[in-house]
Amino acid sequence: MTLFIEQCLNGLQFGLLLFLLAAGLTLVFGIMDLVNLAHGSLYMLGAYFAATFAAWTGSFVLGAILALGATLLVGMAVEVIAMRRLYGRDHLDHVLATFGLILFFDELVRLIWGAGGMSLPLPSWLNTSVRILPGVDYSAYKLSIIVVSLSVAGFLYFLVMRTRLGMLIRAGASNREMVGALGVNIKLLFTLVFGLGAALAGVAGLMQAPILAVQIGMGENILILAFVITVIGGIGSIRGAFVAAILVGFIDTLGRAYFTDLLRLAFTKETAATAAPALSSMLIYLLMAIVLVIRPEGLFPASSK
Amino acid sequence: MTSVFNLRTIVGLLLLLALVLLPVYVELTGSRFLLTLFTRIAILALAAVSLNLILGYGGMMSFGHAAYLGIGGYAVGILAFEGVTTGFVQWPVALLVSAFFALVIGALSLRTRGVYFIMITLAFAQMAYYIVAGLARYGGDDGLTIQKRSQFIAPINLSNKVQFYYICLALLCAAIYLVWRLINSRFGMAIQGARSNDTRMRAIGFPTYRYKLTCFVIAGTLCGLAGALLANHTDFVSPAMMYWTRSGDLIIMVVLGGMGSTFGPLFGAVALLVLEEVLSGITEYWQIILGPLLLLVVLFARGGIDGLLGKVRHV
Repeated sequence: MTLFIEQCLNGLQFGLLLFLLAAGLTLVFGIMDLVNLAHGSLYMLGAYFAATFAAWTGSFVLGAILALGATLLVGMAVEVIAMRRLYGRDHLDHVLATFGLILFFDELVRLIWGAGGMSLPLPSWLNTSVRILPGVDYSAYKLSIIVVSLSVAGFLYFLVMRTRLGMLIRAGASNREMVGALGVNIKLLFTLVFGLGAALAGVAGLMQAPILAVQIGMGENILILAFVITVIGGIGSIRGAFVAAILVGFIDTLGRAYFTDLLRLAFTKETAATAAPALSSMLIYLLMAIVLVIRPEGLFPASSK
Repeated sequence: MTSVFNLRTIVGLLLLLALVLLPVYVELTGSRFLLTLFTRIAILALAAVSLNLILGYGGMMSFGHAAYLGIGGYAVGILAFEGVTTGFVQWPVALLVSAFFALVIGALSLRTRGVYFIMITLAFAQMAYYIVAGLARYGGDDGLTIQKRSQFIAPINLSNKVQFYYICLALLCAAIYLVWRLINSRFGMAIQGARSNDTRMRAIGFPTYRYKLTCFVIAGTLCGLAGALLANHTDFVSPAMMYWTRSGDLIIMVVLGGMGSTFGPLFGAVALLVLEEVLSGITEYWQIILGPLLLLVVLFARGGIDGLLGKVRHV
């Protein structure tokens, strides 16, 4: 039972982290109609920046804040230099151009930080466990990821639904030309939105950095998961991304933890042990296939343009 | 389309002629490396030709095409590992498994369109990647070494490098011809019609879903053949050959060469792989040049190499 609660919390933590990534992806797609494969590179940069700045300043929190700012700036620079020219183009052009950016960023990171990868040590006050229920201990750092992700999600909701900037963002999503015609600086708005998406990816990257190794290509595996989430949730829908991310987080984590036992009920021990790892990593793709068969536009299709 | 002998066809045929004569050059200079490089180019060009069929003519933006490379390759690898070395079994199995996989993926993916299609094909390819990486008996992540290349009857010997090169080249030419015939047939016209206006094609009575699915399966099967060749070429299969960046490479080849053109994928494959070779000779960090170069091609040279050749004719 203790283990089960722990696994559920792990699932929640992973799901929330995925939400941060998927939110940026779906925001950029919903508003600019842009497919951004390089989103994973921004996630990777967030992690590298955090590791570097934390080492420089000697403070984990200060490093994280600096990394957040740096990813935001990189994101805005990428928008101004490259993305801006891609709006209104074919989706295939987006895929190719941002694929080129992935190659560029991977190699740039190798050039600057070397191929070896880095690590971001946790400060001692986070590297402990907290008693959340009688008899149940949980890592303080993972708990803080849950708290931070939830507050970021709340902030995002507030920003998009309750502020003037959010109003413009929503208006831009439904009719770009009209918002521009009403005198809103659409170029600046898009740069800001892209920067916001980059910052979200950066936050996800820097929070994941102490748990996993900081290395080249770390963004690419998780990017695919973020894509699966946006597809399940309905591309362009932040609410859909949230629901789908939690769903995928739970299924992936619990699948990895309990699938072997489940299979053992039906098959021999050896078959279960060999088949389970492959099958459990397939689960979310299976979920996506089922969702698409029933609802080809995802669970929460964004309102048609 | 009207004149067969325009500049792009002439350049394409000249390139093929140069490829046919390459082993002679290699014999004269003794640079074995070139032969290996161009065998690889011919195989990947075959994969690009198959992708061009759905991407360029069919307008289906598949981002999971490398999955069939892996499936074809693993069909050969696994059969060889289990002691079945005859190519008469290995290759048909490779083609059948790829076709079946394409049928399943296509049947599900073609229900969606646009970005959903890009992402769902990508996700299915990743799924295949994880399945293969989980095959502990066949090496898992580390891949599987193939002890013996596919065996055929007496005069055919795949271990002979020149002969293997010519087999790859012949299959490439056959694929280019097949796609050309297909595209100019009634079937091809229906596919291209569905690309430009799916609703209208359905309105005049074409079941476009079935047409597109058939096209998707043909492309997957052809790519599975390329996979079987690639496994024989490297004597090794690993999940890396179906990783999603490989699908990206194939798309680059098709777009760089010119989407929806007869020789485009060939131009693209030669250009990309030769460029890789040249750039990696200049600097270890060659992708830092290739990445932005790609961005420039997307921004400023939409038709790819084939488009540039087409323009020259009109000047």
